[in-house]
Amino acid sequence: MLKVKNLQARIEGKEILRGLDLDVNAGEVHAIMGPNGSGKSTLAQVLAGRENYEVTGGTVEYDGGNLLELAPEERARAGLFLAFQYPVEIPGVSNVYLLKAALNAVRKHRGEPELDAMDFLTLVKDRMKLVEISQEFLYRAVNEGFSGGEKKRNEILQMAVLEPRLAILDETDSGLDIDALKIVANGVNSLRSPERAIILVTHYQRLLNYIVPDFVHVLQDGRIVKSGGRELALELEERGYSWLEGGDQAAAQSAVRAGAGKQA
Amino acid sequence: MNAIERYSADFARVKSTLPGSSIDWLQEARRDALSRFAERGIPTTRDEDWKYTDVTSLEKRALFALLPTARADAAALAASVERLALAAEYHLLVFVDGRYDRDLSRLVGLPAGATISSMAEVLERDPGLMEAHFVSELWPHGAFGWLNTALASDGAVVHLDADTVVEQPVHLLFLATGNASAVHPANLIVAGNSARVTVIEHYAGDDGATYFTNALTHVVVGENANVTHYKLQQESAKAFHVAGIHARQAARGRFASHSISLGAHLARIDISTHLAAASHCELNGLYLADGRRHVDHHTRIDHAEPDATSSEVYRGILDGGARGVFNGKVVVHQDAQRTDAKQENHNLLLSKNAEIDTKPELEIYADDVKCTHGATIGQLDDEMLFYLRSRGLDEAAARSLLIYAFAHDIIDRMALQPLRKRLERQLVERLPLGSTELSFSELLEEAPPHQTMNESRPT
Repeated sequence: MLKVKNLQARIEGKEILRGLDLDVNAGEVHAIMGPNGSGKSTLAQVLAGRENYEVTGGTVEYDGGNLLELAPEERARAGLFLAFQYPVEIPGVSNVYLLKAALNAVRKHRGEPELDAMDFLTLVKDRMKLVEISQEFLYRAVNEGFSGGEKKRNEILQMAVLEPRLAILDETDSGLDIDALKIVANGVNSLRSPERAIILVTHYQRLLNYIVPDFVHVLQDGRIVKSGGRELALELEERGYSWLEGGDQAAAQSAVRAGAGKQA
Repeated sequence: MNAIERYSADFARVKSTLPGSSIDWLQEARRDALSRFAERGIPTTRDEDWKYTDVTSLEKRALFALLPTARADAAALAASVERLALAAEYHLLVFVDGRYDRDLSRLVGLPAGATISSMAEVLERDPGLMEAHFVSELWPHGAFGWLNTALASDGAVVHLDADTVVEQPVHLLFLATGNASAVHPANLIVAGNSARVTVIEHYAGDDGATYFTNALTHVVVGENANVTHYKLQQESAKAFHVAGIHARQAARGRFASHSISLGAHLARIDISTHLAAASHCELNGLYLADGRRHVDHHTRIDHAEPDATSSEVYRGILDGGARGVFNGKVVVHQDAQRTDAKQENHNLLLSKNAEIDTKPELEIYADDVKCTHGATIGQLDDEMLFYLRSRGLDEAAARSLLIYAFAHDIIDRMALQPLRKRLERQLVERLPLGSTELSFSELLEEAPPHQTMNESRPT
């Protein structure tokens, strides 16, 4: 579904991604871990089409097409969804309007008819149960005055309504207490399906106790330096990211190859 | 001929046709106003209050008052009124080129104690109703105010005795049809103690017509009285619009002003209020300008006595080479202890060539007060645009939605549903929707019942 090859990107002249490779197939859940500044959020933003980042090399293939050629809205309509690390507050735009506009844009792209008000509300109310959001939220301005946990749950609500094919969750666990984390994780788990791929970008292993990934990749200095199964996350938790530092480049590279091989 | 000579000649030409021309105090007041205007002259950018608004182009044009013999096409007028009326149940007073048109107007079931009529009719029947308020040293007067007083050919009088409540809003519709004309409407709103009324002052003109509206409205708010005033400026794109709205609020009186400026080539609107003890005022405004338009709001709130509160929010959206000016002055006088005054002005610049000059001014002479003010100038927020696009909205739709939301903050403060709907539609028509696939009609239907917006993010 997603093939990232030798991706290089920079922002304001600063190189962030320095040759990143990643293969994601339908039905898989990939966790991308790494220390602060390793390029995790840059990867998420570049995949979603944020124009502040300049892609200087490499390719990204999504469903056989060139993802990098698409505008952010075209990516969204093609089924790519980014749950933001810091969802922006949009005063004056109600949640319900954004959900409806977004869903109808996606449906139109898929050649499906727009939902009428009744069907739309039925769908939204159903998905709201998933993330335990009360109906009053619908009529509030997007993220305005929401707590950190509410913002993250709202991202998952949007994802549940839009039913993307590839969901990228950028540090969705950060700033969540354990109850909110469980709610968010339940929401994500209920969306796991053989047709859908999920990329979890996270700093901590904790989220992976609740959303169990098929693959774990470690990102460092803009490259994936180690890939493995779930156990890699546990090892990282135990030994810290510094375990990977110190120049064991050959081991890291062979791990990448092993990881890549495993996915193929 | 310079402007003073020209307007003096204009006065000589029309004075005998002005309403109440046989009333001595009135003609005296007019002559006095003309000489005061002549003393001041048309303001220039050297006047501090007109620093950013250059009216030389108005001065160059020969825009004259029309004689009552001039009549516009009746069918076209009726169609305009039909199009511009807000609701069948509202009282409607139509003024065509500055004179009341009884046939196009309708007043439905006014309560005892309420006089709602034209200045000309009131001057015939009961001129005493106006004398105390028409000219008074209490009202602030600029050059254009004096010119209005000298040349006012008509206007609306809304006079409520104490405890009188007019339930339905009073819609004053001023239509301009004459090219190269000038109209000087003078309106008076008097709400006796504990009286209540809502007035909509609405200006519109024929597309493409060049004319000059110079309006002046005085509002007297009695003790515990409640006056809500809406001003909707949608003049022709070539028109000059100058207007003053000046209120005086007695103790515990409430005054709300909403000024919406959408049209005209050049618009200058002065709004002021004078607050007695424990009174409250709310001044809201929204201005939209594109092309080479110029829109200027000057507001002034005088906290003269203790315990009064004021809250002011103005928002502007400027595109193309448009220029906006906002000057909001709040003066807290020495006796006005425990004043609570808030003022905000937010501006959205949609193009590189658009410009805004915003200046909040706070003068405080009392020591126990709570005053805040703030102004922001910004462009559409990149993060918000990206967020919306990442949800599938195309760029035009995302921009439209953010502009709409920015402006809707002011519409949200208005209580009159038909007016809100009208403004929402007009706003949508101006959005850069382009070929977007999104339907904004949904937005209009599904706007939540009420949104509170505390503060927009500084951009």
